Amino acid sequence: MNDEVMILLGTKKGAFILSSDGRRGDWELSGPHCDTWPMNHVVADPATGTIYAAGGNEWFGPAVWRSADKGKTWTHSSKGLAYAAGETPVKTVWSLAAGHGRLWAGVEPAGLFVSDDDGETWSHVSGLRDHPSRPTWQPGGGGLILHSLVLHPDDPDQVWVGISSAGVFHTRDGGRTWAPQNQGVRCDYLPDDQRYPETGQCVHCLVMAPGVPNRLYQQNHCGMYRSDDGGVSWQSIEEGLPSSFGFPAAVHPRDPDRLYLVPLNGDIAGRYMPDARAAVWRTGDRGRTWEDRRAGLPQKNAFFNVLRQAMATDRMEPAGVYIGTNSGEVYASRDEGDSWSRIAEHLPVISSVETLSVRS
Amino acid sequence: MQALASALEVPAYAGRPVVQVRLPALLVSIFPGATRRLELQAATVDELMDALDARWPGMRDRLCDSTPAVRKHINVFVDGVRVGLDARLVHGAEVYVLTAISGG
Repeated sequence: MNDEVMILLGTKKGAFILSSDGRRGDWELSGPHCDTWPMNHVVADPATGTIYAAGGNEWFGPAVWRSADKGKTWTHSSKGLAYAAGETPVKTVWSLAAGHGRLWAGVEPAGLFVSDDDGETWSHVSGLRDHPSRPTWQPGGGGLILHSLVLHPDDPDQVWVGISSAGVFHTRDGGRTWAPQNQGVRCDYLPDDQRYPETGQCVHCLVMAPGVPNRLYQQNHCGMYRSDDGGVSWQSIEEGLPSSFGFPAAVHPRDPDRLYLVPLNGDIAGRYMPDARAAVWRTGDRGRTWEDRRAGLPQKNAFFNVLRQAMATDRMEPAGVYIGTNSGEVYASRDEGDSWSRIAEHLPVISSVETLSVRS
Repeated sequence: MQALASALEVPAYAGRPVVQVRLPALLVSIFPGATRRLELQAATVDELMDALDARWPGMRDRLCDSTPAVRKHINVFVDGVRVGLDARLVHGAEVYVLTAISGG
């Protein structure tokens, strides 16, 4: 069996990589990579296997790091990754997405950049910050960050972004113009008669169902939602969940009806696992019903959480599911979430989990 | 003719003061081949940043933001005085680029 699975971890003190063969039983850890810079998102381009790591260092500012040899050697660049003189500078890079030969990067304060040369140089996608709602964008607890980037699998001109706490925006013209897509998404933190504004929603994580580009799911600060029309409108799918609050969402690699969540105990109760018992919740019917999965996850004194980019699935059969905690542990399931085991511990705060599956 | 034109080109730094520069270990570690101590020609700290960038592409972005300004947690001292990008340099000046207290 020559299959290979890599779990790419962004942490507060560098990028780490867990590697295994297709059995996914024994994992080898490498890192910290990227000179221990805080890394918010580490991804791989499945078309090339190149790994990109996005972050920012308090001393040296934002950069995207790149490794073409599975993490052995790295280079870094931020050429062009900057706003105009006089504006608040880019502090850090929060999100990455590779597709259609381009690499996209979301940054703090919220904005979008794109690279057509493998991350060597960057161009500002100024259309997003030209949106008339921008003066009203508010930072969430994690800052004014563009944290979710979703590319259309067939149409290179379509991109969705999630900004905390400005909401979801969509472009159909490669980034020149953007439309807010928040209809039906509540803002519990606004007065009763203002809870469904055009923008200002606190989106936590935005993902697309595999093979169904019009179906999007979002974990929001105020509920869980599904859209079946490419984000134009949203329906609540939070009934049956223990809480309307959580951060990450991850789709199954092949089944568009299957989704994984990690609900927390609410936004004002400590933001850890409900009753301090860890669970990953999943639906197999696009959010109509939910079930919790706990086997192998700690069932007492679990005061950790899973941050917005820290859950992922792999492309193996059956699919693997992975979560990284803010307490530095990685839990893995190789049976679609049924059972779990801890495959890494004592790591720094984990910001992101992504996978690269190479099937022979 | 090409050789003559090349010989007549005057480098941008010609005539600029020669200064001694010391760089932080943390910065040097992410630029292969960079050295902790070097000599450069520059009339201002801003020019010095460009000279560093010419030698090790990308280094200016690590030390300066787009305001433009020296990054918040980077300190530049010229002959013992903390300065900004517009500070002028004189021949023989000692320039320390230091990482400030930060991290977590």
